Amino acid sequence: MNKFSKTMLAVGLAFLYIPMLILVIYSFNESRLVTVWAGWSTKWYGELWQDKQLMAAVWRSLTVAFYSATASVFLAIFASVVMVRAGKFRGRTLFSGLITAPLVMPDVLLGLAMLLLFVSSTQAFGVPTERGLFTVWLAHTTLGLAYATVVISSRLKEMDPRIEEAAFDLGASALTVFTRITMPIIAPAIGAGWLLAFTLSLDDVVLASFVSGPGATTLPIEVFSSVRMGVSPMVNALATMILLVVSLFTMAAWYVLHKQSKRAS
Amino acid sequence: MLTTLAARKQSAALRDRTLLTINGVSKYFGETRAVDDVSLEIRQGEIFALLGGSGSGKSTLLRILAGFEQPSTGSVQLDGVDITALPPNLRPVNMMFQSYALFPHMSVADNIAFGLKQDKLPKEEVQARVESMLKLVKMSKFAKRKPHQLSGGQMQRVALARSLAKQPKLLLLDEPMGALDKKLRTEMQLELVDIIEKVGVTCVMVTHDQEEAMTMADRIAIMDEGYIQQVGTPVDIYENPINRMVAEFVGSINLFECVLGDEAADHTILHSEALDRPIYVGHGFATDIDNREVTFAVRPEKTWLTTEAPEQDYNWEKGTVADFAYLGGHSIYYVELRSGQIVQCFLANTERKAERPTWDDEVFISWESDSGVIIR
Repeated sequence: MNKFSKTMLAVGLAFLYIPMLILVIYSFNESRLVTVWAGWSTKWYGELWQDKQLMAAVWRSLTVAFYSATASVFLAIFASVVMVRAGKFRGRTLFSGLITAPLVMPDVLLGLAMLLLFVSSTQAFGVPTERGLFTVWLAHTTLGLAYATVVISSRLKEMDPRIEEAAFDLGASALTVFTRITMPIIAPAIGAGWLLAFTLSLDDVVLASFVSGPGATTLPIEVFSSVRMGVSPMVNALATMILLVVSLFTMAAWYVLHKQSKRAS
Repeated sequence: MLTTLAARKQSAALRDRTLLTINGVSKYFGETRAVDDVSLEIRQGEIFALLGGSGSGKSTLLRILAGFEQPSTGSVQLDGVDITALPPNLRPVNMMFQSYALFPHMSVADNIAFGLKQDKLPKEEVQARVESMLKLVKMSKFAKRKPHQLSGGQMQRVALARSLAKQPKLLLLDEPMGALDKKLRTEMQLELVDIIEKVGVTCVMVTHDQEEAMTMADRIAIMDEGYIQQVGTPVDIYENPINRMVAEFVGSINLFECVLGDEAADHTILHSEALDRPIYVGHGFATDIDNREVTFAVRPEKTWLTTEAPEQDYNWEKGTVADFAYLGGHSIYYVELRSGQIVQCFLANTERKAERPTWDDEVFISWESDSGVIIR
């Protein structure tokens, strides 16, 4: 790398990470005021732990993210198999377009559409009875499904269909081929898709604020509304914790994928 | 090699029995006809090659035998049983796939065991079978390896062992050497034949490589545009091609457009625009009175190159050397005739320091009266 590339890399990395670094440093600030430095302290981490409302939101968000990621991946596997392996059928292009549409659709639009759907569904069928975690779960599953399908279907496209044919040729039933051959081979993509859907759900504000109801405030909404009241250094502490957890997850995922791709080559 | 030859002769006795019958099989993909009314009989213990270019329908025919495609018309009988409608997992047929299609997440032993486990065989028997298969392909040391830790040749052995493990009645090979480099290819061809004959399985292979088909197969079917052009032993196919397509597809050949002249029971005379003298062929030719236009075909290694004019008054022509290539064992000469036609000759390099004709030299080409064939 020459000097120019090195400088540009440094500038780029600084641009990306300096804000986060500042956030982490200020989470150890003694002062009540976010912008004034008053010495090192871990007291905000203690307060964070004490804050029942915020901790409940953390737990709620994690639960919703877990369930919506799981549901997304489950549906995405079916969608991918149909898109990649079912061959040509009428409306295939339309189907794959529709399934990935939430990728490019503005969140506001998606949120509004879902709100309208839930409201009219409640009026017509009585389900869902109220807007809460259930509706947030449904909304996040829709969004996660789009992303997970992209990840899983691209992996399935890369997989040599002859491997499945070989298993079929050796006497395996269609179900055995899927569970013993296809699933293990696309497992890394399923994991990556799950993590992606999980992260999407964890940091979504827009969709959740449309479709959640009282008592179902997720973490990003909680943070967002508390920031409006004036930023407390506690939020910095929370952000640092989230940053830590997310980096650990990402590194774990990267490590697994790296090992897999090394094996494949 | 001697034992292989003995085994070949011995098993030849068993080969009178037909194992596989393909009955008027056609396959259409929409408007295109991939396989066109193919009928073949393949004998017990035979290695049979489907040879053709890309898009000749050979792969589709193989996939019909495996059960991955359903023929549009016709039927397939294996050992007297109609298997046309059976799905691949219920056929006593196994396939070695192009680029092997080994299961990447399973060890070598698990790859081989996969088919046996589908049959719900007892564990000990699976174990024993896997071990004997590994021994057969000389891969016992690698039982615990994953496919990505193997070389191309080793992967091929595993793929072969996996497709033989269930003791299929019919083994299918799809471009068996496609993924190997040239040197390894020649080695593996002979070894593969050795193993297949040791096991005694009947084998249908698909290839686009004529050398491979000729090395491995007992009989070859030349396919073009979904249609079988000729079936025969390697010698038949090369020495007696029945039409232009076969003649041009297998090896190189010189073709002369001719008109039939004198005919007799023991010889045929042909006249060609490209040659000043007539062509004398040492056998009779069953003629079609209406169509007296035929093609005379002679292989380059049977076309002799001399610097002095031959003495007879037929089967030779004068030309100049347009180009030549020294290939070690032999040289290829491209001789331009008076008519502008280029003729290929192989000159065996039997002497180290012989004087060889060079560019623009005047040379003479000639051939024996039984060197060429007349085709339509």
